[in-house]
Amino acid sequence: MDNKKVRQFKEAVYRYVFAVSALASLAFLVGIILTLFTQSLPILTERPFFDLLFGRHWYPTHTEAEFGMLPLIVGSAAVTIGAMFVCVPIGVGTALYIHELASERQRALLKPTIEILAGIPSIVYGFFGMVVVAPLLQDILHIPTGLCAFTAALILGIMATPTVASLSEDALSFVPTSFREASLALGANRWQTLTKVVVPAAGSGISTAIILGMGRAVGETMTVLMVAGGAAVIPRNLFDPVRPMTSTIAAEMGEAVMGSLHYSALFAVGLILFLITLGINIVAELISRKYRLKLGLGR
Amino acid sequence: MALEAKIRASDVHFYYGQTRALTGISMEIHERCVTALIGPSGCGKSTFIRLLNRMNDLVPNTRVEGRILLDGKDIYHPKTDVVELRRKVGMVFQKPNPFPKSIYENMAYGLLVGGVKDRGFIEHRVITALKKAALYDDVKDRLHDSALKLSGGQQQRLCIARCLVVEPEVILFDEPCASLDPISTRKIEELILELKKDYTIVIVTHNMQQAARVSDYTAFMYLGELVEYDRTDKIFTVPKERMTEEYLSGKFG
Repeated sequence: MDNKKVRQFKEAVYRYVFAVSALASLAFLVGIILTLFTQSLPILTERPFFDLLFGRHWYPTHTEAEFGMLPLIVGSAAVTIGAMFVCVPIGVGTALYIHELASERQRALLKPTIEILAGIPSIVYGFFGMVVVAPLLQDILHIPTGLCAFTAALILGIMATPTVASLSEDALSFVPTSFREASLALGANRWQTLTKVVVPAAGSGISTAIILGMGRAVGETMTVLMVAGGAAVIPRNLFDPVRPMTSTIAAEMGEAVMGSLHYSALFAVGLILFLITLGINIVAELISRKYRLKLGLGR
Repeated sequence: MALEAKIRASDVHFYYGQTRALTGISMEIHERCVTALIGPSGCGKSTFIRLLNRMNDLVPNTRVEGRILLDGKDIYHPKTDVVELRRKVGMVFQKPNPFPKSIYENMAYGLLVGGVKDRGFIEHRVITALKKAALYDDVKDRLHDSALKLSGGQQQRLCIARCLVVEPEVILFDEPCASLDPISTRKIEELILELKKDYTIVIVTHNMQQAARVSDYTAFMYLGELVEYDRTDKIFTVPKERMTEEYLSGKFG
């Protein structure tokens, strides 16, 4: 048998196999977008888009059904923004500590710990929030129910912390040692070096970390379903129960009649959620690209 | 030529963990002279120069023994202020390392972290230093552009100028031309010869010709030891040690 032909044939097979796997993710993406679009088409043609997005009432099962998504969007926004207040200080603080202050041994302990935290299934977080945190907060803060936006934000924040911490730490470690050395050699102390050189140089990397943490919080379903309380009304404060977009879909998909307006409206919620996370990812990508250019790390 | 010892190292040993990198280095570095450290890779010349401004403090698990005196004061004394030491002993690194900031911000950095607030004073110092580093004409119209837009040679001269702004007494050059082309290298060498009128200079170099061109004194190091240290003209013409002669004639290295 001709050796050269065998080799060429093998190479063609490899190329084909890898091309197919590479195209698969693209195909999945296109498939998902198409599904979201086609399934939300009925509601999008039936109701004005503005009313869907900014309608204040989500009564999908009433006889006069209303599909105003504002309460859901506000619910998502409330828990996400709240989560940011938890995960940004803790995550960035952790990264700075690991990078600047921790000894070798502390670092060897902290980094895997953070990764384990990231690996805990979200249902476990939800459970923890429901059984431990919610009753505790109810007692301490004297609120009618611990299952509210505040608790959801807290738990989501804890969940997003590993993302923020580990990506921020990556960003800090991408800052070339030579910058730090240059700064110290010019007579800057450690704190000045950190605040004036290292953090600015890692700045866009840290922003990317924060944005991706936010993406994680927006898209999280299980936890918010369990601890956010589930009331589809616009909350007056953080201690009201809310029903974010994700948990709405999860809770109602089972009971919505297939092909009904309600069913389609849930897809529309999913579509909007998808667009939000897409936006978040694009922003993160743009920032990280700018950051690599700035540090001269190429594209 | 003034022969005051600006820096005096006596019996300096240095360890990375258990590994000894320097063995009993003793030498005097003379004021307003250029002292070159030469030797094959791994001989400890960079390690030694980084001891002079305590840059090795950043490397974990290291240990220094012996004494290094700057103007008669022990720089490894527990009460030594490292920040103050580094203002007196500036350093230029192997690879140009401007901050990803504007040229002006790079230049002003040393003064800002030193607590200088007077803008006029800063500007005056920045311009003086840029002129001293023969960079002013290259950059005067784009002081607020990113320093990373400069060529490699210009970046290195910026790093030299940045170091001059804080008015050090000693400048350490750790293979400053390692990543530069011959023309940029020549500019840096000319600059070093110009700077030695005002500063005490220590330069680590791989390039023996460079040592011969710029230095007054040359130290030849091998495997963490100081083999020979003398006036550059003597080292290059009548070395006392056979090993020095063999290295200089290219028999190893």
